[in-house]
Amino acid sequence: MDDLYRELIIERNRSPHYRGELDPNDYTFQDENPLCGDNIRIDVRTDDAGIITEAAFSGHGCAISQASSDLLIEFVIGKSVEDVKRLTKEDVLNLLGIQLGPVRLKCALLPLKVIKAGVYGLTEATDDLVEGA
Amino acid sequence: MKDCKQIIGEMDTIKETFPALGRQTTSGADLVYLDSAATSQKPECVLQAMDDYYRRSNANIHRGIHTLAEEATAAYEGARQRIATFIGAASYKEVIFTRNATESINLVAYAWGRKNLKAGDVVLLTEMEHHANLVPWQMLAEERGIRLAFISVTEEGLLELDQYEEMLQLEPKLVSFIHMSNVLGTINPAKEMIRKAKAAGAVTLLDGAQSVPHFAVDVQDLDVDFFAFSGHKMCGPTGVGVLYGREALLQAMPPFLGGGDMIRKVHLRSFTPNELPYKFEAGTSAIAEAIGLGAAVDFLEKIGMSHVTAHERELTRYAMQVMGDIPWIHILGPGAEQRGGVISFTLDGVHPHDIAQLLDWDGIAVRAGHHCAMPLHEKFNISATTRASFYIYNDLSDVDALVASLRRVKEKLG
Repeated sequence: MDDLYRELIIERNRSPHYRGELDPNDYTFQDENPLCGDNIRIDVRTDDAGIITEAAFSGHGCAISQASSDLLIEFVIGKSVEDVKRLTKEDVLNLLGIQLGPVRLKCALLPLKVIKAGVYGLTEATDDLVEGA
Repeated sequence: MKDCKQIIGEMDTIKETFPALGRQTTSGADLVYLDSAATSQKPECVLQAMDDYYRRSNANIHRGIHTLAEEATAAYEGARQRIATFIGAASYKEVIFTRNATESINLVAYAWGRKNLKAGDVVLLTEMEHHANLVPWQMLAEERGIRLAFISVTEEGLLELDQYEEMLQLEPKLVSFIHMSNVLGTINPAKEMIRKAKAAGAVTLLDGAQSVPHFAVDVQDLDVDFFAFSGHKMCGPTGVGVLYGREALLQAMPPFLGGGDMIRKVHLRSFTPNELPYKFEAGTSAIAEAIGLGAAVDFLEKIGMSHVTAHERELTRYAMQVMGDIPWIHILGPGAEQRGGVISFTLDGVHPHDIAQLLDWDGIAVRAGHHCAMPLHEKFNISATTRASFYIYNDLSDVDALVASLRRVKEKLG
């Protein structure tokens, strides 16, 4: 349990590499977790081939949601929009390197939900974007 | 394990009668339970009362003519009578069993509200309400076009009482407010507010979910019309709550849910409602839970509500003092004299979810989030807080454990 806050997560929460906003952008989406008030926005820029060249997150939330956002963005840069659509809950947990209970899982998966809703061009993010995967 | 009788008058060993308080958390730490505003732990005597019912007297109530049914009915109605006495109701007829405080308020909104409120009527609430005393009225506003008005909360976490007097000139039909805030801990001056509401011609409702468990409540002394509370925050089980209503008001209200037990006679196309309080209790009630709540009331009465209040006051004062001395902790709400045993706070640089998670490793159970009071958090411009809340089984060492653990959290994440 103690390694929930392993060094990588503490470090990325304290000094994220990809915090900010991109304007203009090709995809942007914002959502919140009403249970805890975590609020994440992710902006994405792509090239003509649909490869992600830049991305950034803004908003506020717990250490898990912040670190998850930062690590997810690092992971998707250089990948295609289609790759992002195929990302799963397990991919995010692998990036974080931790196992989470149901409540904190929502914190960790919020950025995945946001980026997928963005690249799919949805108006509303739903849990099935990150579940059952 | 001490039983409940032994424990009375021995506040320092009271923890021993709450089985769950003897356990460890996932991390192996001894449990320090500071989440009683969400739900209290249950003493042995409450668990025993419910167990006895199921093991010996399990039967449906009111209509059975056999030994078990009579025992079950006597236990259920006995609990109702003792709860009536506990809150100072004039009669058992004024005590309606519901599922919880939320359902009690919904019952008033549905049965009283739909009969007595029409488009344009004002219902006066406050900015510090729990969602339970907001959403039922919002639903009625949407359905009936009633208007909602809100008494403001000051920076200090108190109600703007001058503004309240002005708002009474709107001639509200109902004034409904929280007796003690589940976030700020604020104990509102209910008696005075009710007196003014009545003078302005309003019906009054108090959400007593956080008050009844912690200090003596006398509904006749308060002169309140409706009073709602839950069993599970006062050493009782989940699944049972109470709506107290003044008899004349309850008599004039249409029923809430329809079905068995709430009727006197049923024909194919019509029914006659039962008398009070059964008129509002459709279907088989939570019998074991009501009996458990009766046992919880006995338990609290044996300790004495004045002892409960004094004990929590001492804890709150101490916690406010030691936490107040730490510059990176920010406590919401008024000083110790105007609050019950609830302390919501923020900690510089650390999100409440992370605080709660890290405290759990040290065995400390607190709540993190908006505590079902999103508008109040919006008012203070914060998305979430961490809340520690006390009850009879907490002691000063629990406060020390909390503060020591918060220092470790700050060091790790702050």
